[in-house]
Amino acid sequence: MSAALTRIVSSRLFWPVVMLIALVAINVIAFPGFLTITVKDGHLFGSVIDILRNGAPTLIIAVGMTLVIATRGIDLSVGAVAAISGAVACSILLSSPDPGNPGTVAVAVGAALVIALVLGVWNGFLVSVIGIQPIIATLILMTAGRGMAMLITEGQILTVDSAPFKALGSGFLLGLPVAVLIGVVIFAVAALITRRTALGMLIESVGINPEASRQAGVRARGLLFTVYTFCAFSAGIAGLILTANQTAADANNTGLFIELDAILAVVIGGTSLAGGRYSLAGTLVGALVIQTLVTTVYTVGIPPIVTMVFKAAVVTAVCLLQSPATNAAFGRLRHRLTARTSKGIAAS
Amino acid sequence: MKKIFGLATAGVILLTLAGCASGGSGGGDAGAAAGPKPTDELVVGFAQVGAESGWRTANTTDIQNSFKDAGIELKFSDAQQKQENQIKAIRSYIQQGVDVIAFSPVVETGWDAVLNEAKAANIPVVLTDRAVDSQDDSLYVSFLGSDFIEEGKKAGQWVVDEYADSTDPVKIIQLEGTTGAAPAIDRAEGFADVIGADDKFEIVASQTGDFTRAGGKQVTEALLKANPDVDLIYAHNDDMGLGAIEAIEAAGLVPGEDIKIVTVDAVKDGMQALADGKINFIVECSPLLGKQLVDIVNQINEGETPEKRIITEETTFTQEQAVEALPDRQY
Repeated sequence: MSAALTRIVSSRLFWPVVMLIALVAINVIAFPGFLTITVKDGHLFGSVIDILRNGAPTLIIAVGMTLVIATRGIDLSVGAVAAISGAVACSILLSSPDPGNPGTVAVAVGAALVIALVLGVWNGFLVSVIGIQPIIATLILMTAGRGMAMLITEGQILTVDSAPFKALGSGFLLGLPVAVLIGVVIFAVAALITRRTALGMLIESVGINPEASRQAGVRARGLLFTVYTFCAFSAGIAGLILTANQTAADANNTGLFIELDAILAVVIGGTSLAGGRYSLAGTLVGALVIQTLVTTVYTVGIPPIVTMVFKAAVVTAVCLLQSPATNAAFGRLRHRLTARTSKGIAAS
Repeated sequence: MKKIFGLATAGVILLTLAGCASGGSGGGDAGAAAGPKPTDELVVGFAQVGAESGWRTANTTDIQNSFKDAGIELKFSDAQQKQENQIKAIRSYIQQGVDVIAFSPVVETGWDAVLNEAKAANIPVVLTDRAVDSQDDSLYVSFLGSDFIEEGKKAGQWVVDEYADSTDPVKIIQLEGTTGAAPAIDRAEGFADVIGADDKFEIVASQTGDFTRAGGKQVTEALLKANPDVDLIYAHNDDMGLGAIEAIEAAGLVPGEDIKIVTVDAVKDGMQALADGKINFIVECSPLLGKQLVDIVNQINEGETPEKRIITEETTFTQEQAVEALPDRQY
């Protein structure tokens, strides 16, 4: 029993999950109907559904980010890629005579994702072929990318009226939000491909020691290309969801700071920024923690002026609880407790 | 950096020379102090907040077009809603030695240092559409823009009139603009002043939606769950109101009927929603202040002192008025 408990407590996922449960508890106290899910107009409706739907873009980007971080890299350009992808899709829809046509939407979405892939290849090229440090290489696109998105939208907010496109962001399929379904698919594909094959292990080996893995015959260059391209691809999808959700391409605000949320989700999930071992399940929990945190601010009614401080406090708490020093302290505490109980048993 | 600065200086000199040649004035490089310059030699630096909403893009377009029509060179920068970017842009305008600097401050505070630099360089500063919170009002020559407190009051007055016959409590959700921004602070204040006179009005929740649609939507989604019996939403701009409409519809309610919506701005998308009956009342906040800004620049150039506070002309729209006004709406 206690062995199982120890295993749970020492799991990397323990504290993030505790935090998630704590946040949900706070919400339930502030608003008892928080966990209620009803069916409205033939689809699920409730705060939890909102959290899943609004958290989907962050999760999708964070999945790509997890793999990048596992190679000891980082991708700061995801927000800009999301903005570009949304801008491309909306400008194609706007220039077409019939934006509501599913075929047109498919073309727009396809074009946006191809552009996202190209941007990912560019990042991969800078990192793996040229050998620029990932934080610098992706910083280029992070700053330049918003400018590109502005060029595509000509500085305007492009409002589109297209039912099939809108469905990507706020539609429902089989009662579930389309955005959540997309998120689940991306997550499942990433998990299957990297965990059911050796790919995940190869990615980790590149992250732990690029030189050793190269000498062991791991083709790091191809792997880096793949993870950066996949990350940009997921950013492209997230950008489409974000844009569809507000039915407008907003070059300045779409995906603004989402790179930080995604990196935070990865870190909360227990993946180290130093590369190596990664946990997609942890990233999932991390993304949920972040989105629940946002909703908590609204439900509890935290004044906007202190919102940032509140978020910072929660994130600091998660990071402190997860840190090796805290874990070691908890380990000692447990040890002392067990020692005391066994002494107590012996004395009686 | 030095190189870029050098290039920029060279560019300015070239432009001045070109201006001289075409204008035919023999004054040469007389400098800023000596008398009015021909308008085609004037250079104005404008540091825009960003393109966070349809209103802002209309504002940008109008200013750019007005200066183009007036034949005055406009250097334009987009701060993407960051104060640091705006300060950087203003500094670069000071270095380039433009004739007038105009900007819409992202937030109210923190401008003294950079405005003092402009003052030291003898470059007049005009504030457009948003004010700064500074003890020293000699830091700018004129503030051209709307009276946000008045806008909040107009919105509040409509609410008071709308519910004049009702004795039941009226529950209100407020969608605030960017925290710390002048319109967010003032629109909240003016609104609260007017509705505060009657106890039946209660703001049950007030959160920032950052003036964006996505923000307005997400905040409304969450707030509606916690306050399902809300009567009215007051959004500090149209875009957040449009986001709120989506959230209300997703909750299976009818915007404009089950939950009334009052917004500020009157951009085209907002006016369309007003005409469609999804928004109930819009207080106009006109972004078309390019012409007035050009006038101020000309006044400064001719050595006159413009009014310290110039208020843009504005009105309000009901649903019926929106239907009429919509066809000639420029933005």
